[in-house]
Amino acid sequence: MSGIRFDSVSVAYHGTTVLDALDLTVEPGEVMALLGPSGSGKTTALRAVAGFVTPAAGRILIGGRDVTGLPPYRRGIGMVVQQYALFPHLRVQDNVEFGLRARKEPKAEIPARAAEALEMTGMAGYARRYPRELSGGQQQRVAIARALAIRPQVLLLDEPLSALDAQLRSGMLAELARLHRELPDVSMLYVTHDQVEALTLADRIAVMDRARLQDCGTPQQLYRAPRTEFTASFVGQANLLPVTVADTAGAALFDGRTLTVDTGTAAPGTTATLCVRPHLLALGAGPDALHGPNALHGRLGEVQWRGATHRLYVDVAGHRVAADLPELRETPTPGTEVTLHFAPRDAVLLAAGAGA
Amino acid sequence: MSSTVTETAPAERAAGPAPARPLAARPAGSRTRWLWAAPPLAGLGLVFLYPLALVVRQSLTPDTGGPFAAYAEVFGSTAFREALWTTVWLAVAATAGCLVLGFVLALVIAFVPFPGARAVARFVDVFLSFPSFLITLALLFVYGTVGMANGMWTDLTGEPEGPFRFLATPWGVLLAEITYFTPFVMRPLLAAFSQLDTAQLEAASVLGARPGRIVRQVILPEALPALAAGGSLVLVLCLNEFGIVLFTGAKGVTTLPMLVYGKAILESDYPAACVAAVVNIAVSVGLFGLYRVVGKRAGA
Repeated sequence: MSGIRFDSVSVAYHGTTVLDALDLTVEPGEVMALLGPSGSGKTTALRAVAGFVTPAAGRILIGGRDVTGLPPYRRGIGMVVQQYALFPHLRVQDNVEFGLRARKEPKAEIPARAAEALEMTGMAGYARRYPRELSGGQQQRVAIARALAIRPQVLLLDEPLSALDAQLRSGMLAELARLHRELPDVSMLYVTHDQVEALTLADRIAVMDRARLQDCGTPQQLYRAPRTEFTASFVGQANLLPVTVADTAGAALFDGRTLTVDTGTAAPGTTATLCVRPHLLALGAGPDALHGPNALHGRLGEVQWRGATHRLYVDVAGHRVAADLPELRETPTPGTEVTLHFAPRDAVLLAAGAGA
Repeated sequence: MSSTVTETAPAERAAGPAPARPLAARPAGSRTRWLWAAPPLAGLGLVFLYPLALVVRQSLTPDTGGPFAAYAEVFGSTAFREALWTTVWLAVAATAGCLVLGFVLALVIAFVPFPGARAVARFVDVFLSFPSFLITLALLFVYGTVGMANGMWTDLTGEPEGPFRFLATPWGVLLAEITYFTPFVMRPLLAAFSQLDTAQLEAASVLGARPGRIVRQVILPEALPALAAGGSLVLVLCLNEFGIVLFTGAKGVTTLPMLVYGKAILESDYPAACVAAVVNIAVSVGLFGLYRVVGKRAGA
């Protein structure tokens, strides 16, 4: 059982800091997703674990062992990348055996262990094929088998599903989840810019932006109680409204109206950001709606039909508020006045400037 | 060099465009197709094949003596057999040397990050445009009888002559040919290396492969086509190299092109020159063909 630890790891290219003092621990057997937009430093962090980039400062530990100075071939980790990176001149079997041979495993065991890894990813029937004879999804399965054949304690996945089409992607996602259940000892570091992959697969998500770790927690924590505006808008969608914390406890002022929210430790009079998820907003009905609790009153800008839901964009005091509503029988006309409600426990108050 | 290239080119091209494949399939269109093909074919024949045919005819039925008399005479001479052997082993050895040296140098330029790697790669391109005797001239400055190496030796030891006199031997020719032709191997290799997916190299290294194994099992297999292309080019060029052999002033080294030159220009023995030339062409095409077959077997 071995996890990964980033100990104040910084990486710089030509004077530009691409990873800024990352402190992060991936527990043994845990799936940690590194989620962030491109250029956020997530891939750099993964490449530092693999040994392809040398940190300017800090240490990287795998299973408690400092590997910062070790070359990639002595780290004993598995890695799967977006473009598969299979060896085109080798058959599937030889691709999977490559790592076993390179690590000088006993010759007699090699074919069996390769077969076992191919079995695990459902590719046992393709051992004699060349990579070019396989589809993208099959190639990625072979790449996963090749990474698992050396029985690594740590598996690095760098956007492994980004080259696949949407349908294959959800299938492979389920497949990866199954592999994780079958290999409970393997720690996985999963780099992605896709929040669905992160939410589905990860035990914990580390949200990265502009070379820094913004937030880290379980998917539920990050989704229900994000700590920063960036997390709120990157993990799931969010309406972010500027509010002022009211003098009375549990209240905040927005556009002259009082909203009932959990203000936590926020000091009265300070400005903060209120985060409400689009699907937690409800459309008020009738004249009473105007005076209901936590009402956001505005002019309807746009209605989009999305099958199971309607997406409404409402202009509330100059802010474009999105609301996802169960499919409406009668859609309101754009330009009319509408009111949106939310329950106090569905809103999260973010302290101003948090994580920025 | 330029004279030798035209020697091999007709032989290769003669085999190329001659058979018009879809002739029987579409008789109506074939006539217009022939109209298009005829002028360039006629030009090709007039410029390349006719003079070549003249050489072959001269070798077979010389103006004096019976048919094949020139062949019997030439094949009977020790000088010819030695020239043939020298030509073949020099070309094969130079090709092997170029492949090894070119592969190593291209590896370093492509994969070892050092300042100026791009400049070196550009220089390889420039080097290809140099005349072949230039490198021989440069080697004369370094290893010649009165060159730098011998000069330093005599200065240091006080002896009247330096020890470096291999330049006039076949080894000198070999050194010059390897030096001059190595960039011809490096050029296609560098192009192939730039196409190589670095993710494959990284995957190999994460899987536990050290640099040596990565070179042998990942880079080399993907570089084989480029190696084959560069190697076949160098082999043919070496078989027909004239300038380098002439410029090293190696009296003991006679290759087939030298023999052709000697017979035709110095001795005015045209039948013998033509025989040597025909043999030279046959050896070029034969070795080139053999090389391609072996290359294909090896998976290139």
